[in-house]
Amino acid sequence: MSFINLKEKVVQVKIVYYGPGRCGKTTNLEYINRKFRNQIQSEMVSLKTHGDRTLFFDFLPFDMGKIKGYDIKIQLYTVPGQVKYNATRKLVLKGVDGVVFVADAMEKQREKNIRSLNQLHQNLQSYKESIFKLPLVIQYNKIDLKEHGVPILPTAVLRKDLNSRLKVPDFEASAITGYNVAATLKKIISSTVVSIQKKLL
Amino acid sequence: MNYGIVSQEQLEQIDTILSSKLIKLGVDCVIIIDMAGNIITAKDNGESKYDVYSFAALAAGNFATVDAMAKLVGEAEFSLLFHKGQESNIHFSKIDDELLLISMFGKDISLGFLRLNVVEAIEQIRTVWEGNKT
Ligand SMILES: Nc1nc2c(ncn2[C@@H]2O[C@H](COP(=O)(O)OP(=O)(O)O)[C@@H](O)[C@H]2O)c(=O)[nH]1
Ligand SMILES: [Mg+2]
Repeated sequence: MSFINLKEKVVQVKIVYYGPGRCGKTTNLEYINRKFRNQIQSEMVSLKTHGDRTLFFDFLPFDMGKIKGYDIKIQLYTVPGQVKYNATRKLVLKGVDGVVFVADAMEKQREKNIRSLNQLHQNLQSYKESIFKLPLVIQYNKIDLKEHGVPILPTAVLRKDLNSRLKVPDFEASAITGYNVAATLKKIISSTVVSIQKKLL
Repeated sequence: MNYGIVSQEQLEQIDTILSSKLIKLGVDCVIIIDMAGNIITAKDNGESKYDVYSFAALAAGNFATVDAMAKLVGEAEFSLLFHKGQESNIHFSKIDDELLLISMFGKDISLGFLRLNVVEAIEQIRTVWEGNKT
């Protein structure tokens, strides 16, 4: 849940990047961190293992400017993708306002995307949140691999697998080149802020 | 539950409690966060320069992790969470199921003395906070 400070007129919004291991969640945040330096007041915090895998979360605070006189502070988090870390994934989802589900477009990851999305659904339920109600954007990442001859799933297939019931905004993207990383971010911020705006006086 | 919005009056009351109970004693910085990592309020002695937003995210994660470990070993909770350094120390205290009070203090203050004052501050904050729940 977003926290609204009426005294200092600050709204804190929590957005979580969720998806299977190695789909590119951390890479999304790293790109945002480089590209939007002037809107980011502090360093990106990454809790990772020796092998550079996310252990707990990445955290990046992002200033959105003002809406209705309120300073909007977006807090971007990623979850650890590895299967064994579901307990920590759940902790990161606590109080979430919006989710970006990052899918891995590589053919061999098809099952893992579906399983991860199902788990997101369950994890949200454990906080009495619904995946059908929470602001959500889906990103089909790594589409640049097509040019390198790596077999990737057609977007129509990814859509059918992941977005046929949810029907949320979705983007093809390449976190590594930055393609549609900002578009994904803008979309989830606007969906989330719209749902929070109703609470502002 | 409607803890997502706190009135200006309540925040001012809480800030006053933090100042009179903790900052006055010589605590460098006090932050109240929720378990999601949001900052409810932060007070300092005017000198400390912490990046409070990153701090809140890490502190919430830290507390949640320790809490989960307590459950694993069959404890309801570990009531004392305290990190000791050369120059500065961090003390965590649960206000209720949603809120944490974090104090950062130097070597001039003893842990026992700090805890005593934290307990008093928390009691007062709870009274203010209760008025917020619907
Ligand atoms: N080709 C390609 N590789 C990517 C892309 N996004 C991430 N990667 C790579 O995939 C691996 C895992 O990325 P990471 O961001 O750590 O995944 P996470 O586990 O979801 O945080 C890294 O080697 C990245 O360089 C992308 O858009 N295209
Ligand atoms: Mg990662």
